[in-house]
Amino acid sequence: MENEKLSLPNYNIPEDLENVVAITTLDRLYNWGRRSSVWPLMFGLACCAIEMIAAQASRYDMARFGMEVMRPTPRQADMMLVSGTVTKKMLPAIIRLYNQMPEPKYVVAMGACASSGGPFKEGYNVVAGIDKFLPVDVYIPGCPPTPQALIAGMIKLQEKIDKQSIKKVRWYEKGRVDANYVPMPILGPDLIDVRRNAEIKQAAATRATQESA
Amino acid sequence: MTAPASTQTVDLAARFPQSVSADARPGYSGFIVKKENLVEVATAIRDEFGYDLLATVTGVDYLAENKMEVVYHAFKTTGGAGLTFKVQVDRVDPVEVPSLINVWAGVDFQEREAYDLLGIRFTGHPDLRRILMWEGYEGHPLRKDWKEAFFEEETKPFKSRWPDGKFAFAEENNPFRDNLKFPADFDPEAYQPETEEDLYASLERHTLKGDGLNTDHIVVNMGPHHPSTHGVLRVAVNLDGETITGLKPVMGYLHRNHDKIGERNTYLQIIPYTDRLDYFNSMSNNFGYVVTVEKLMKIPVAERAEYIRVIMAELSRVQNHLIFIGMLMNDLGTMYTPSLYAFEERELILDIFEAVSGARMMCNYFRFGGVVRDIPDFVLQKIKDLVYDRLPAKTDEMERFLNENEVLVARLKGMRVLNAEDAIRYSVTGPVLRAAGVPYDLRRAEPYSVYDRFDFDVALRHDGDMMDNYLIRFDEIRQSLRILEQALKQMPEGPINSQKPQYQVRVPAGEAYGRIESPKGELGFYVVSNGKPNPYRYHVRTASYVNLQALEKMCVGTKIADFVALLAMLDIVMGELDR
Repeated sequence: MENEKLSLPNYNIPEDLENVVAITTLDRLYNWGRRSSVWPLMFGLACCAIEMIAAQASRYDMARFGMEVMRPTPRQADMMLVSGTVTKKMLPAIIRLYNQMPEPKYVVAMGACASSGGPFKEGYNVVAGIDKFLPVDVYIPGCPPTPQALIAGMIKLQEKIDKQSIKKVRWYEKGRVDANYVPMPILGPDLIDVRRNAEIKQAAATRATQESA
Repeated sequence: MTAPASTQTVDLAARFPQSVSADARPGYSGFIVKKENLVEVATAIRDEFGYDLLATVTGVDYLAENKMEVVYHAFKTTGGAGLTFKVQVDRVDPVEVPSLINVWAGVDFQEREAYDLLGIRFTGHPDLRRILMWEGYEGHPLRKDWKEAFFEEETKPFKSRWPDGKFAFAEENNPFRDNLKFPADFDPEAYQPETEEDLYASLERHTLKGDGLNTDHIVVNMGPHHPSTHGVLRVAVNLDGETITGLKPVMGYLHRNHDKIGERNTYLQIIPYTDRLDYFNSMSNNFGYVVTVEKLMKIPVAERAEYIRVIMAELSRVQNHLIFIGMLMNDLGTMYTPSLYAFEERELILDIFEAVSGARMMCNYFRFGGVVRDIPDFVLQKIKDLVYDRLPAKTDEMERFLNENEVLVARLKGMRVLNAEDAIRYSVTGPVLRAAGVPYDLRRAEPYSVYDRFDFDVALRHDGDMMDNYLIRFDEIRQSLRILEQALKQMPEGPINSQKPQYQVRVPAGEAYGRIESPKGELGFYVVSNGKPNPYRYHVRTASYVNLQALEKMCVGTKIADFVALLAMLDIVMGELDR
């Protein structure tokens, strides 16, 4: 949390100008603004969403970290909190929401299910972790994580934002407009990840030869 | 188990000697009805014998006998034991059973579920589509010969996990190293996904006709990502102007394969999974499941544990209804403030759950024959403080703040939700049914645990409008507090489990249907055991799922803005709805 203050250390600002003038770098100003106003997508999947609501409510009060403004539309959200089990049936909707979010965007996998499939991993309708499709920034363990754990995860995300540099971030790279676009999976006989079409075709052919043998 | 054993009060076989026979398999009860006479017998069960509420329909795949069985559990809204009847059909393709939708409208979703997961075709069902999985999904997952992509062994504990140096990941046996499975010779590039034409066609079923204006209908899809749908429910609404002319819930976005995973698990391993059904009330879910398995095992429950169970279940009812009120206000547009008040009280109850079980939400607290840990004295004191002082005062406060509010009264008063007749027809249970004037509360209708020892009233309202549906939650909180006060006074000392702590329980072969009054309605578990350490069939009948059937009836003819409030009245929770 060393970047909590906007001013760079080691600059002597006269006492009567403190809180009026800050000497800082562009990166720091940029990150300070973003890390203090991370707007999550109002988006609950399962049990974890209830703990997310509890973290927003009076006892834990996530507003202290600038994260209370839940946006129901992805167009205004900075961060997607994948709060719960990702099912195959729900996945296209999640990916559509993710693709609609403007950069910079972050993904937090809350709980065991979103991180890895959790207790439901073996289920036929369960995606074993949202990181198979979306780039996850922070994983929060727990089933469900307590509000404290969620807040700790959010602070981790803030620390990550603090370390980013405006020169290197992917959303300012030249020629990479859709740097993070994820192709929509298709609901077929099972979930078809279009990036793995060749692999699916080959495995299906192998199965056919095995079954005929 | 102190509840009276389920006794067959009617002799169906005597009434229909040609088509009905008693189920003589050891451990089983009820009647087996011939497929050809099913509708006739069912009509008689409803009209002659008075079983007006059909609680569950589910299928069992008896692979070894080459049979498919459809099991029905019917109950009387006046109370008492239920009637179980079954249909057996050969396991040939297609498996066909006549639909009972014209007898009990409440079989609608449950028949669709049996079709989706077991491939049983219900002839005569007007809208037989997949419900939890999507159209085009391969196979019927609950069939015993269907294997999931991460299949390792039929039952847990998996041999590969024994600590003898051998260790395997499920991914290693799968060609994709992922939870995927495709039919032979499948070509993903040539594949055309199924459209949703059937869904949209079914919306027109209730089209209101004849207002003279030649207007177009539009379909609005609310969800699966929508703030008002309480999770990942999608509702396709057909609109004529602002009036709803047709409505279909589309679910399965949180279908976590509870039944299939349950059948692989041992009996004890299922308990933590039940926590995640209705994630507001993990204590109630535990309760329903252990009551069912105890019925099968025929074991008594330690006296002190019975009281602890009741205390936990009632506390969870209180917090559920508080959240309901808060969330209803959210849906009506009073954003956040009432729900923040509700969450404040909920946190205090969760503190108690955390102190006794170690987890705030997923308590995993009940065991067969009792509970896992005793309540420490300081927690008991906390509960007393809450029950005697804080919760009654806070309930009063909430009522004072809200009930007289003119805007709220104008919004809720006189807005019809369901009348008693429709509620029973659609198998609606819980507060919605009681608000319509039917005093059907399982704690009274068929008392389980020690509920017969407490003095409390079944909360009842008569108008069945939104105001009643809202106020009945306050009534129930007060009755729960009454039960809690008595339970705290009467709670004896003693052991907390009648059994020795054990990792594996012996469950004799047979079937059992256990049910409790969860805060949202009837929570039923249907468990079939074949004597092995894992259940042969494990099915959950959840209140949210069955109650949602009435949504179309409730909403058609009202305005789109009312839909949000009407959905809130049902108090659905997606973990329980999709399982």
